[in-house]
Amino acid sequence: MPVLEGKELRIVGFLCNWCSYGGADTAGVGRFNQPTDLRIIKVPCSGRIDPLFVVKALMNGADGVLVSGCHPRDCHYAEGNFYARRRLEIMHKFLPILGYEPGRFEYTWVSASEGQRWQQVVTSFTEQIHKLGPAPKIVGPEASDTLSLMQAAL
Amino acid sequence: MKFQKELKDSIRKALPELDVVIGWCGSFDPLHATPHFIRREEDIDKLEIGPLSVHNLATYLPGLRSKKVGIVVKGCDSRSVIELLQEKLIDRENVTIFGFPCTGVVDQAKIKKALGHVGNVQSCDISDKSVVVVVGDQAHSLKLSEMLADKCHSCRYPDAIISDYFVGDKIGDAVPAKADYEALETFEKLSIPERFGYWLKELDRCIRCYACRNACPLCVCRDHCAAESRDPHWLSQENNVRDKLMFQVIHAYHLAGRCTECGECQRACPVDIPVLMLKQQMNKEIRDIFKYEAGVDPEATPPLLSFKMEEENITEKDW
Ligand code: SF4
Ligand code: SF4
Repeated sequence: MPVLEGKELRIVGFLCNWCSYGGADTAGVGRFNQPTDLRIIKVPCSGRIDPLFVVKALMNGADGVLVSGCHPRDCHYAEGNFYARRRLEIMHKFLPILGYEPGRFEYTWVSASEGQRWQQVVTSFTEQIHKLGPAPKIVGPEASDTLSLMQAAL
Repeated sequence: MKFQKELKDSIRKALPELDVVIGWCGSFDPLHATPHFIRREEDIDKLEIGPLSVHNLATYLPGLRSKKVGIVVKGCDSRSVIELLQEKLIDRENVTIFGFPCTGVVDQAKIKKALGHVGNVQSCDISDKSVVVVVGDQAHSLKLSEMLADKCHSCRYPDAIISDYFVGDKIGDAVPAKADYEALETFEKLSIPERFGYWLKELDRCIRCYACRNACPLCVCRDHCAAESRDPHWLSQENNVRDKLMFQVIHAYHLAGRCTECGECQRACPVDIPVLMLKQQMNKEIRDIFKYEAGVDPEATPPLLSFKMEEENITEKDW
């Protein structure tokens, strides 16, 4: 589905199959109002998420990335989210070094029954990304192609 | 180096039990050394150690895992050996480590810059204080301290931390002359969009030779490297700055909590891209969060291979 020009930004969500995807479904079934910028990619576990997915998404046109898994101690695979927390936290700290605002990426925990919490997370994350505006895009093969577009920000 | 003879004697003693001992020897010109593989007694004499011993020989170890290997290490190199042991990528009983007190190695890029031209080097004499290079009949005297690699100025472990043979007198854990990350301060003053521009500008000249990866002692995936895999297809085969930068992000992230800042990646880069900085910045975060430093304790578990139920230094977002 193409992004609604000017109204929506591109937000990618990586959700674990067991908790957060269920939570998003609960929110949908409950017909909770949510912004529509988010595109969901379902993964088996937050521990499946290579934090490089986040960078890959941002470099290829996403404006924000949200990761959500089961709450700590509640992981379907017992400890996937504990490993994920360490990896994702490091990526969170690393993005500003690369030149992406840290707020472009968040990770959190939403259980399958927390439709309300899901609504709140999506709403506030989408607001956060809208406040930041579109992420810098890399265009063309040479750095100068992108840098000339970035002049205004630099 | 005064302990060179002592080192050769220890190698001579250990060699009958070993398949190979890796050290350094003279190279194509007097300004460069090259890795030296000692297999027979007569190879020992060619061994030379000193400020030109720039290469981190630990890079060879994982590939020689099935052999009995001796390796000569500087302080920083010994940290790579420890990290390889930590990750069980090599076996302690198959490695014999020869350590020496290192007083610093040169940065060839700095010498090249100071001389402007380093073709046809006739001689190179390095003393405690100076580097005298004769190029095309002209002698240039450079200050050794200014030619040393940056990592030597912030080095805290000049002696090999782990060794079976240690030659020379230990220097002792050093208090670095310069604060750890001083070189990074200029970068840190940049705004976030400026940093993005900085990396694009620097990576623009990358030729995707992957020398940075090949020189890294901890890049051990070889034919399975994400850079060349088509499935998953992390990087395209196109020549564009996005994939060049993405590769550096992959390298830095795959080295998170493992990189010992040996600097080989940057040293190997033919176009002098400051790729080490990404890893130093990453390490800084790792130190803050996990109070952890790679390659100092063979028994320690790298932070991304473990977790705590309650993480003291991770504050999750409140929605
Ligand atoms: S990433 Fe660079 S500094 Fe770190 S271990 Fe590898 S070669 Fe050494
Ligand atoms: S060594 Fe330098 S030029 Fe080669 S791939 Fe690495 S960064 Fe690029």
